[in-house]
Amino acid sequence: MTFTIPIDNGDALKNAEADSQRTLYPYVTGTSIVAIKYKDGVLMASDMGGSYGSTLRYKNIERVKAIGKHSLLGASGEISDFQEILRYLDELVLNDNMWDDGNSLGPKEVHNYLTRVMYNRRNKFNPLWNTLVLGGVKNGEIYLGMVSMIGVSFEDNHVATGFGNHLARPILRDEWRADLSFEDGVKLLEKCMRVLLYRDRSAINKLQIAKITEEGVTVSQPYSLKTFWEFQAFHNPTAGAQGSW
Amino acid sequence: MFRNQYDTDVTTWSPTGRLFQVEYAMEAVKQGSAAIGLRSRSHVVLASVNKAQSELSSHQRKIFKVDDHIGVAIAGLTADGRVLSRYMRSESINHSFTYESPLPVGRLVVRLADKAQVCTQRSWKRPYGVGLLVGGLDESGAHLYYNCPSGNYFEYQAFAIGSRSQAAKTYLERRFKSFNESSREDLIKDAILAIRETLQGETLKSSLCTVSVLGVDEPFHFLDQESIQKVIDTFEKVPEEEEDGGEAEAEAAAAPAEQGGAGDQDVAPMEM
Repeated sequence: MTFTIPIDNGDALKNAEADSQRTLYPYVTGTSIVAIKYKDGVLMASDMGGSYGSTLRYKNIERVKAIGKHSLLGASGEISDFQEILRYLDELVLNDNMWDDGNSLGPKEVHNYLTRVMYNRRNKFNPLWNTLVLGGVKNGEIYLGMVSMIGVSFEDNHVATGFGNHLARPILRDEWRADLSFEDGVKLLEKCMRVLLYRDRSAINKLQIAKITEEGVTVSQPYSLKTFWEFQAFHNPTAGAQGSW
Repeated sequence: MFRNQYDTDVTTWSPTGRLFQVEYAMEAVKQGSAAIGLRSRSHVVLASVNKAQSELSSHQRKIFKVDDHIGVAIAGLTADGRVLSRYMRSESINHSFTYESPLPVGRLVVRLADKAQVCTQRSWKRPYGVGLLVGGLDESGAHLYYNCPSGNYFEYQAFAIGSRSQAAKTYLERRFKSFNESSREDLIKDAILAIRETLQGETLKSSLCTVSVLGVDEPFHFLDQESIQKVIDTFEKVPEEEEDGGEAEAEAAAAPAEQGGAGDQDVAPMEM
């Protein structure tokens, strides 16, 4: 005689062990993404680090990927959720290509699809723990937008996630122009990434800049920025401090 | 078409490889009043004949807006047509909601065709008894499709379905090569002239037809009676005699071959 013992998992919201299928906190995370529109399209910069809490554990993670012919997706936050999103988009792009009818998903469509996914997951209390940046060019129209893990979504001329919001966007607000050339755009992004490198503890000095134009996507080889540590304040940081604090 | 022992079920093949129930469904399309579609590179015009059950009643709606960029004209069982229009509107709006972008008409007609095919392969269903002329836009411009009860769909430059549509088809066959480059106004005029062909001598009035237009920069909408009457006035005053003679012969040849061409009293009340 067999019988099953009913297990009462309790109210999922109150009981900590209940329903281990929901995302409660992120484990391996990527830090900021900074992206701008420029004359011919969109430039997106990210570093290649994956932090495991306060440990900089992974140093070769590509956090910017091409989606279809017309879009670029960058993600900060939980890396495994980013990989899951890439799988969803893979399927989306595959089905779109299989139609083989001259129509294709542009950046606006991908952005809205992602917004729907993120918002619906948030409503189920099982979010994809990412802030996504979606940029692209289709039929001459340059598009740049962002979706957060709670489904907040908007478009802008320049976007940044995480620490980038606090450190990079003020620079971009002052110095961004609609007619930036490729070189000027890269210089502007490098300026933002350098500030992030100095001040964000989860940033590493190994970054990639991706470009998307009507012609297609190019992701640069990883490279590092020149930094300067000979400021007086860095030599003897506690010189002015009194007492044990 | 005569009754035979293979035509009771939609899931029974005949020895010659035909599904009679599906073919009978296509006959229902021929019973409905005419619907016409034509397209240029940038515009699609859908037109239909307004037939009313009796003088006391109003005419049935045969053209439906599916979205700003897609319209559909039906012929056959209008109830089936309404249900399919609702399906198309639903698919269109779901796509717009998820992607903030209009559903390409080519993808909509495939879904519609697949839906119709299901009814040809289930013993507890029957095929939809309505033909649909779907006009719409996608990234490559304007398109016109015809969806059959069989689950097939075809793309057309111009097409006509329903009773006495052969007359309209003959008219369109003579001119379709120029439609791609036609202006919007010429396209509308050709649609109304094609409608006139199906009336077989009855005077063309704006109350007898419904005309709708959609284009790359023009959302789907119906033309009002005044605009239609204005177009009719441009040609109704000067009847084209040489063409009338040619058309009468073409109609006489087509009529015996066509069902429902003789008398409207044979049309079942549910078909319009």
